[in-house]
Amino acid sequence: MGRKLLTEHINVEGIDTFEVYRKHGGYRSVEKAIKTMTPDEVVEEVKKSGLRGRGGAGFPTGMKWSFLAKPEGVPRYLVCNADESEPGTFKDRQLMAKLPHLLIEGMITSSYALGANTSYIYIRGELLYVLRILEKAIAEAYANGFLGKNILGSGYDLDLHVHPGGGAYICGEETALLESLEGKRGNPRNKPPFPAVQGLYARPTVVNNVESIAAVVPIVNDGGDEYAKIGVGRSTGTKLFSACGHLNKPGIYEIELGLPVEEFIYSDEYCGGIWKGRDLKAVVAGGSSVPILPKELILKTAAGENRLMTYESLSDGGFVTGTMLGSGGFIAMDETTCIVRNTWNFSRFYHHESCGQCSPCREGTGWLEKVLHRLEHGHGHMEDIDLLVSVAKQIEGNTICPLGEAAAWPVAAAVRHFRDEFEWHVTHAKQAAQPGAVFPGAAVLV
Amino acid sequence: MAKITFDGVEVEVPDGTTILNAARQIGGSIVPPAMCYYTPLKGSGGKCRACLVRVAAGSAKDPRPMPKLVASCVTPVQDGMVVENTTSEQVLNVRKGIVEMLLINHPLDCPVCDQAGECDLQNFAFEHGVSTTRYQEERRTFEKIDIGPLIQLHMTRCILCYRCVYTANQITDNRVHGVLGRGDAAEIGTYIENIIDNDFSGNVIDVCPVGALTDKTFRFKQRVWFTKPVNAHRDCPKCSGNVVLWYKGNDVLRTTARKDQYGEVKEWICNECRFEKKETSDWTIEGPAHIDRSSVISANHYELPVLNQSVIADLPESTQRDLAQNPPLKLGN
Repeated sequence: MGRKLLTEHINVEGIDTFEVYRKHGGYRSVEKAIKTMTPDEVVEEVKKSGLRGRGGAGFPTGMKWSFLAKPEGVPRYLVCNADESEPGTFKDRQLMAKLPHLLIEGMITSSYALGANTSYIYIRGELLYVLRILEKAIAEAYANGFLGKNILGSGYDLDLHVHPGGGAYICGEETALLESLEGKRGNPRNKPPFPAVQGLYARPTVVNNVESIAAVVPIVNDGGDEYAKIGVGRSTGTKLFSACGHLNKPGIYEIELGLPVEEFIYSDEYCGGIWKGRDLKAVVAGGSSVPILPKELILKTAAGENRLMTYESLSDGGFVTGTMLGSGGFIAMDETTCIVRNTWNFSRFYHHESCGQCSPCREGTGWLEKVLHRLEHGHGHMEDIDLLVSVAKQIEGNTICPLGEAAAWPVAAAVRHFRDEFEWHVTHAKQAAQPGAVFPGAAVLV
Repeated sequence: MAKITFDGVEVEVPDGTTILNAARQIGGSIVPPAMCYYTPLKGSGGKCRACLVRVAAGSAKDPRPMPKLVASCVTPVQDGMVVENTTSEQVLNVRKGIVEMLLINHPLDCPVCDQAGECDLQNFAFEHGVSTTRYQEERRTFEKIDIGPLIQLHMTRCILCYRCVYTANQITDNRVHGVLGRGDAAEIGTYIENIIDNDFSGNVIDVCPVGALTDKTFRFKQRVWFTKPVNAHRDCPKCSGNVVLWYKGNDVLRTTARKDQYGEVKEWICNECRFEKKETSDWTIEGPAHIDRSSVISANHYELPVLNQSVIADLPESTQRDLAQNPPLKLGN
């Protein structure tokens, strides 16, 4: 069993209340940071830890913090991105619902490091029950002097607000999130300027994922160097994975980065293998937007090495034979899964969630979905398969925000690795359109 | 000041200028097309992706190329930047893709559309698109909506450039329309059917790059290339009163604001000038209006924009050939 830095006390009775959380060592990082460290020292610790953004892109958090513009007399903001809505990803929801004080503690410590006196948690609108849990926990933190004016007698003030979104996937994109937080339509902004220079209310702003902010707590408590000892290479620390799909034990696992993928899927300590004794067919390793990989490529890299749960190992081989760690939404599919249907399902999601601001994404996501729908329902043609790749390529890289890529990658990867199955849907259209039809062939491995 | 190289031509522009506006200072056929960007409207641009260009070198300090194509209308120049537009195969291919995307849900009803002949999308598709489509699915359609007695909204033709929203936001004090819905279900509309009613509402017709917002006093009256544009002005208490009157014989069929060579309104005009003053006696006539570069309205006396003589030698060979075949009427110094 690996070390658990975030979820060690997650199952303690009453851990969502201030007293119990405090008894288990809660708010130590706030005391340590505010009483014994300067803000720059906290940033330095986070830099040393090698923590990488846990929302999906994997950008080093410490570096992001050091980019924050600090003009005199201008307020700065820290915004926590809790708009977790990528299909397959559900780690932040559970972390917030069970350990609300962990996020609040991380927010206080991080806000202190960045010099922010007002901070926001932008939470997905559907998570109303979590919003209530957080608000209760914030009220407790205020009552105990960890939020508000003059925290712990240090002269540092911080107000923390929770703001529910309207339930749009696009508001998880940081600039769309800021627009929404400002009360506008959640359209992503053109960059530059980046949020670190002009973010919320045109002030310097840092936007971080829930898990990244929570990870600041153990980093400050134990020191960045200690945190960096866990993991492999540039993938340091622990990471929450939300495993779902055809697994014996789906759920949320905190793992030390560097665990072999094979162990994660098959070990009884983690997912416990594929359900009903079936064989694994494919895995989407980091939320629905990352490229899908067939069994052979997710367990071993193209070079034949064991694939590890790290940023580098999962993206080994680029998009030809690799994928991405992403947000940690680990979706496993057994041998009876129809890849075309699954790709259509993902595509339908992105079609529904595109904001409609820029043309390649607005028109392209709908086009992809319609072609995939046609293929899945037995009305496809051979040309459609190349059409999918071509449309995906026309979207990718040409949009304002990464939603375009998120829509294009899964389609392109599915065709790359499961082209035979797409062709089978054309040649055996009637058979493939039956509910529960199973493709008899195998995946393409290059 | 920042010095940039655009398609091999050097140009010096003030810091903070966008790549597109730097290219416009050079002029000619190397200027990227723009469907949503509109200089007079703050915050516009970046949406249609028609103006994507490749930045081959970010700046003199950091000469690495930018990883993705950038929207030239919203990306500011850096000193030492090297930009490729018509000289990059990648840019031209992507632009072809953008045309295709913009057209898959467009009704292509140019033969009955009032905008035909002065339509940005028509010009863009003609210059950069292909003549066939790979799209087999049903196109998105909407009902026509009358937004007030003077303007009709035909959402089916809309490319969601947001220009009309910015116009209503920035030149009038109560915007009642906006973008509703998202993705390809997004539409321009007034939430709970409403009338757009203010003295400057007619300007949304001028900024619309396609035929989505049309002048109801002009609908189906005449193809624009059969009308003659004439500059005129009057003393107007509300606006500058500088307009273009579009004549057919002795009748004024419509009135629009004056636009520059890139189709951008120079001065906003009020609804009284636009919709009510339709007699020659209401106006002081100045003379024939200059017609913009890409218009079929001046098909017989096609006029290229004024070009600086000294830069011609520096233009890429293809552009020089272009210029030799269609020489501009006027040359600058």
